[in-house]
Amino acid sequence: MILNMFQSVGEAVFDRFAGVGRASIMLFGALFGIPNFRKGFPLFVKQVYVVGVQSLTIIMVSGLFIGMVLALQGYTVLVDYGAEDSLGPMVGLSLLRELGPVVTGLLFAGRAGSALTAEIGLMKSTEQLSSMEMMAIDPLRRVVAPRFWAGLFCMPLLAIIFSTIGIFGGHLVGVEWLGIDAGNFWSIMQSKVDLVDDVFNGVIKSIVFAIVVTWIALYKGYNAIPTADGISKATTDTVVQASLAVLGLDFVLTVFMFGG
Amino acid sequence: MNTRKIEIMVGFFVTLSIGAMIILAFKVADISATGSGETYELKAKFDNIGGLKIRSAVKVGGVVIGRVSSIILDPEDYLPVVTLTLGLQYSNFSETSTVSILTSGLLGEQYIGFSPGFIDETVDILQAGDYIEDTKSALVLEELIGQFLFSVGND
Repeated sequence: MILNMFQSVGEAVFDRFAGVGRASIMLFGALFGIPNFRKGFPLFVKQVYVVGVQSLTIIMVSGLFIGMVLALQGYTVLVDYGAEDSLGPMVGLSLLRELGPVVTGLLFAGRAGSALTAEIGLMKSTEQLSSMEMMAIDPLRRVVAPRFWAGLFCMPLLAIIFSTIGIFGGHLVGVEWLGIDAGNFWSIMQSKVDLVDDVFNGVIKSIVFAIVVTWIALYKGYNAIPTADGISKATTDTVVQASLAVLGLDFVLTVFMFGG
Repeated sequence: MNTRKIEIMVGFFVTLSIGAMIILAFKVADISATGSGETYELKAKFDNIGGLKIRSAVKVGGVVIGRVSSIILDPEDYLPVVTLTLGLQYSNFSETSTVSILTSGLLGEQYIGFSPGFIDETVDILQAGDYIEDTKSALVLEELIGQFLFSVGND
């Protein structure tokens, strides 16, 4: 009885290690398989369309609304201290440093990550991946690699668009509606926001999130149990684990970047 | 979805994000003095401008009539010279006008308060490029506290 318990704990631990190992091998195989640029690039462009362009609407709409809400909430606090002109840097910094990369990461996990997992999982269950191997096509290189690079490429761009639209949303509420001075809004923001410290660090964050989210999504799909149940579980796992990873990593990165 | 359409959409997406990056880098907004109308410039020399910034507002009785367009240090007497860009519709200020650097609220941003002077036959109207003679510097809280402590210590 006790022996069984130890056995199951040990098994779970080894399973974890095996999972990490499999995921690393998969990533390695996908990235460092001999790249064929001429053949690979159209696949990459197609995936950029699926992963990036089709996520554009949700990113833009949520960016706009988050920017507007930030401005509205910030205003109610700042106006008490007569500091409502500092709304610009408040909206700008919180979007560029935190909300841009993080919310984009979460939306990306939900919108694109789950789709990637389901797609690859279904390819596996319908044995398309095995047939590719039969035809001497490496599915890692043909299926996984373009999706990974596309995710890595798209998410920083989406995060940038998110932040920019969010700042305009803040401008919309702060300046057009609540009547903050437009010159102050922009000039104080310009004096507080630093291109390297804030904008580039935000981009670095979103690159890290892109790697993690896409990796988790692809691994979960590639290793899904090829049944209806298995794919549904894999998709859920992708969204849950990718979101948690984004939030956890965000804290770590923030400590390193802005924690002093 | 044929390949060409996909390529166009991807190109659009990439261009859009590059545009967003440029907006972020230059932080948007070339907000001219008073919207898009015609403007003219006045200058004023202060002893201390405190936290005044380029694009801070110039206000007459709380109404924004223009913005600070540049702040430079006069190389001869080391005093800051502030250039005000004002809307052309507010061009009839006399030489006796005064400008002072004020703070909106206790902790708020600083702006330039412009008080129009009286007009009669003996005073001229300010022309573009003129210096406003009568200026009042920013109140720097630390200096005030310093003076206060000093005077307390003398008693």
